[in-house]
Parts: sequence; C-alpha cells; structure tokens
Amino acid sequence: MNRKQKKTLIRIIVSGVLLIAARLCPFEGWLSLAAYAVPYVVIGWDVLWKAARNIAHGQVFDENFLMSLATVGAFATGEYPEAVAVMLFYQIGELFQSCAVGKSRKSIAALMDIRPDYANIEKDGQLVQVDPEEIAVGDTIVVKPGEKIPLDGIVIEGKSTIDTSALTGESVPRTVYEDSDVISGCINQSGLIKVRVTKPFGESTVAKILDLVENASSKKAKAENFIAKFARIYTPVVVISALLLAIVPPLVTGGDWWDWLHRALIFLVISCPCALVISVPLSFFGGIGGASRSGILVKGGNYLEALAAAEIIVFDKTGTLTKGVFNVTAIHPDEISESRLIELAAYAESYSVHPIAKSIIEAYGMDIDNERISSSQELSGKGVKAVIDGLEVCAGNDKLMDEIGVSWHPCHHIGTTVHVAVDGKYAGHIVISDQVKETSAQAISDLKARGISKTVMLTGDAKETGEGVAKQLGIDRAYTQLLPADKVEKVEGLLSEKTPKGRLVFVGDGINDAPVLSRADIGIAMGAMGSDAAIEAADIVLMDDDPRKIAKAIDISRKTLRIVRQNIVFALGVKLVVLLLGALGMANMWEAVFADVGVSVIAIINAMRAMRISNDKQ
Amino acid sequence: MKKVFKLEDLDCANCAQKMEDAVKKLEGVEDCTISFMSQKMTLTAAEDRFDEIVKKAVKLCRKIEPDCVIVVE
Repeated sequence: MNRKQKKTLIRIIVSGVLLIAARLCPFEGWLSLAAYAVPYVVIGWDVLWKAARNIAHGQVFDENFLMSLATVGAFATGEYPEAVAVMLFYQIGELFQSCAVGKSRKSIAALMDIRPDYANIEKDGQLVQVDPEEIAVGDTIVVKPGEKIPLDGIVIEGKSTIDTSALTGESVPRTVYEDSDVISGCINQSGLIKVRVTKPFGESTVAKILDLVENASSKKAKAENFIAKFARIYTPVVVISALLLAIVPPLVTGGDWWDWLHRALIFLVISCPCALVISVPLSFFGGIGGASRSGILVKGGNYLEALAAAEIIVFDKTGTLTKGVFNVTAIHPDEISESRLIELAAYAESYSVHPIAKSIIEAYGMDIDNERISSSQELSGKGVKAVIDGLEVCAGNDKLMDEIGVSWHPCHHIGTTVHVAVDGKYAGHIVISDQVKETSAQAISDLKARGISKTVMLTGDAKETGEGVAKQLGIDRAYTQLLPADKVEKVEGLLSEKTPKGRLVFVGDGINDAPVLSRADIGIAMGAMGSDAAIEAADIVLMDDDPRKIAKAIDISRKTLRIVRQNIVFALGVKLVVLLLGALGMANMWEAVFADVGVSVIAIINAMRAMRISNDKQ
Repeated sequence: MKKVFKLEDLDCANCAQKMEDAVKKLEGVEDCTISFMSQKMTLTAAEDRFDEIVKKAVKLCRKIEPDCVIVVE
C-alpha cells in the first residue's frame, strides 16, 4: 500500500469506529444527526469536495457527485447510518480497487522484468558498470554468472548456459560458447562470458519486447470499446431514471414523496459502471501479461480477442513447421559405396554456394582438397559439372541427367533429389530435405482439438515434398510451388471461405512473408528471437520456434474472453436486478452498495485470473 | 505524430474513459487512447500543431479529473 492508500485505510477505520459509537449512543433528533455527521465527514469529505469542484467544471455525471447526492439524500430521508455506510463502503471499495489494480500492475511488471540495469565493460583493466544505453556496437561486455545479458551480441570468449525463460517461457537452459548469438534479457547461469555487442540498446531484443508489451494496451479490444460506449450511456440513463422515479410516481399516484426519493437514491448508488470499466481492460491486460510470460507477445487486446475466433490457420512451411535447415536424409548409391557417392557429390558441389550444396558438403564432413578438382562449372537451374581426379562428375536434378543422356530413376523419399553421374554413368542419388520440427504434428492435433476447422500449408516447394509434409502432419490442405506473391493470393482466397465471424490466422517465420502476415486477420510470427522483421510485421510474436504455442495462445485468448464475458454478465446482471428491486421498493441501501462496490471487487478478483497461465500443458 | 505520455495519479477507470473521449473530440486529434492499466496516454495528432494540441489536452483532462497529471517533458 502506498501513502495515499494507508491514509484512506486509517480514515475507514476511524469512521467505522465512530459509526458504531454513534449507533450505540441513545441520541435523538439533532444530536443523532450530529453523531452520524462526524464519521460521515471523516470518510466522505474528499468525495464531497471533489463533487463540488467537478460540478464547477461542468461534470454532472461524476461519480463523486452521485455518491454525495445519494448520501446527502439518505441523510435527508432520515437514514443516517445508511448514509455513512454507503460512503464507508464506497471508500472501502475504492481502496480495494486501487490496491488490486496496483498489485496486478506490479505483478505484470515483474513478469516483464527483463530490463537490464547495467552492463559490465572493461576500462583500463578494470570492470566498470555502465548504463546499457551507453554501450556502442562493437564494444565488448562481460557478463558474470547470475547477471542479465544487457545487450544482443556474439560470445567471443567463455562458455556458459543461459536461461531464456523470461523471453521464451522455455525452462531448459541453452548452452552458449564462442560465436553463439546471445540475446538481451536472458540470464547467464554458469560461466563468465565476454560478448561483442551487435546492436545498440534501443534496437536490442529487450527494448523491442518492452516497447511492444507496453504499447499493447493502446490497441483496445472490441469488448473494451463496447464497455466504453456502454459506460457513456449507462450513468446518464440511471441518473435520469432516478430523477423520474423520484418525481413521476408520487405525482401520478400521489404516493409518499420520501419513499420514492429513497428508491431514487438507491439508483444513484448503482449509477457507476466501475466494475465493468475496470475489470474488462484488466482482464485483457492480465491475459497479455500472462501470455508474454510464456513467450507469446500479443501486440494488442484486439488481437488477443480475435484469436479466440480462429477458424482457418494457414502455415508457411519452411521455418514454421520445418526447421528451415536442409540436411541430407538419404544416400542411395548405384554400384559404388555410400561414402564414395557423397565424396564425389561434395567435391562436385564444393564451389557452389547453394544451400543444397552446403548441406551435401556438411554431410561429407571432411575437408575438401581443392587440388583434386581440375574444373568446375555451375549450370543454373540444373546442377554442377566438375572434373575430379580426372573423372567427369555431374550432380544435379533430372533435367541435368536428361541433358547428358544418363538414365536415372526417381526416389521414393520426400525431398529434393540430387542425381550423380560419373563419366556418363548413373552413380546414384542423394536426398536432401528440410526436417519437420518434432513438435509440429502435436501442434496441428492440438489445434484440431480446439475446434480449428481448417489447417492449410503454403510452400514454394515441389508438389511431392509439400504434400508429403502436409500428410505427415495431418494438415487438411497444401498449396505447393508458390511464389511469395501467390501466397497473398491464396490467403485472400481462403479469407473468402471462412464464416463471417471466424478469423484467419497466418503463421510464418517473418522472413519474406510480411505481406501475408499483414493480409491475414491475425499474423503470427514465430522464432522471433532476434528477427526484427517478424516483430514489426506480426500481430502476435512467438519468441521461440515451437508451433505448439499457437494452441496455447488460443487457450489464453479464450480464457481471457471467458473471464470478460463472466464479468459483463455478472456485473450487469446484479446491477439490473438491484435496480429493478430498488424501483419496486424491495431493495435497500445495503444491497445497492453491494451492487456497486461488491460487484466491482468480485469482478476485479475474477479479472486477475487472466494473468495466471499454467505452464504444465507443454 | 504519435507520442506516449505518462499519467500520474490516474485513480479512476471511468475518468480515464471520459478523458479519452474528450481528447478524441479535440480539433486536430487523429486518435487518442488512454490505458488505465498502464497509466499511459497515446496521442496521435497533426505534427505542426502538436504542442498546441497537447496543451489543450492537458487542460481538458485537468478539468475532468483534477487529480491526474499528464507528464509532459
């Protein structure tokens, strides 16, 4: 509690004691009024003062003014204890609200406690602590065990394990050594490392994430805007109804003026829409905060809300469902040994910079002796032709084999096939494929379990490769051999297929798919550790590479919306019932106080649940 | 131009909503969101009149919720 809250607490206690004392005193008439006026002023002077001040500013439907009117009215109708109690409970409710909101603000701030306080830099042989913002690109910083890595960079000395959980939600630490990239916000666990800084603090991962999370609350969800609109009309409607209630029935029926005034006052006590105005944004704030703890960054309440209605999920293949790293997955020699085939292929491809060539050289694993290659020629779109140890080796696709007149046979393995011919004779083939992530199949079945009606995969790969992967993962539909521009077209086609309320989600790795990410209803970029493009273009960013996080994000979204809906129904329901009972003369001031303050408190407690995200479903 | 301002002592969510509505109606303001949870105001307004608009917004908010201070550096 801060000072202001403590002061309010003392006033509440003093006023409460005085209220009990007043009830115990056997005063009558004016003396009784005076006895109750003391606790009333103790607890309500600031509300009265604010009411007067705001009226002077032309704020008629101000909450302070309405409270003052209701309680002064209660005094006028002779309900002295009720008047004090209404004010007292109002203040208790306000105090509770401010504590609860303060607490959730703090716990979300703690969730995002990734901002580094200092960086160690070596100066004249001594380590000094400086502000991370003062460090320039190219500087060398020292990160000791237990410290936060303050800036993005590359390890130049030392070996350690780092805890990335604050950023990714991943609890298994990552091992880093020389030449490993490290990301700011992670915690260095075991060893001392020296890091060469690659980005200034303003552009570092930590600064970007903090900026994103802090700005998330400015993009409001539809539910928040609905509540805002509702709040705008709710107070005037209730106040005008109160006025009519006080005047019309006694005029028409000739009833008791005091009785109807009493009923009108009950309306005034319930006239603040606070429970909704606080609890709905609090739920979204909590949901976004809890999600970021799991390594899911949501750029705004609107996206969190929309995700609950996900209907079609479109995946980019490479880097999203697959690792995006090409590996040799099969070696099928004809008449020569496996090692001889890969050796010849590696030598033939050794001058090529193509990713496929690189993966073959990597699979060979030994140093290339350039002396053995007497000539090498790259045939664009077909392969390479080289002379190795005097043998003419051709490595490439079926077109190349046809061109040199070598009969080849296709492979049953999924992937890109590189055929090899030696001196015009077929020597076998090597299959290179991108490996599917271990978690992809689980991710798709998780999504189906959550009622996603359609999963689609888009890829630039060949038909067999793409469809093979889709089948393996249980994806409903695959579109293959697409150019980047075709992807936008396909997504537009899919957008017209969904139901009006459903949402289309596109998941990509942020490389080359920025236009698609922005065209989809919700763009999710994954594996964003260090990728600026992904953070810029997407609406939701998954910090690690795990596609299962999509289902988790949907869970968080649905939970948040469930809480929001519960609060709206509960708060409005209770308020309407008490208003109705009040109008019929069946509710008293105490019930009105509950409908106002009690409902707020319960709604806030419920809203705070949105923050808690279980991590056990991994 | 878009700028984020910190709000101090913003105690009432309903007031935040009222302030947002009022600032949105100011001439020259393209968009304004006030987040009660993060205690921040994001204001988008015409570049050439930005300072003038900020001054007006500050004045307006003081009228609605005198306890709340918009921190203008």
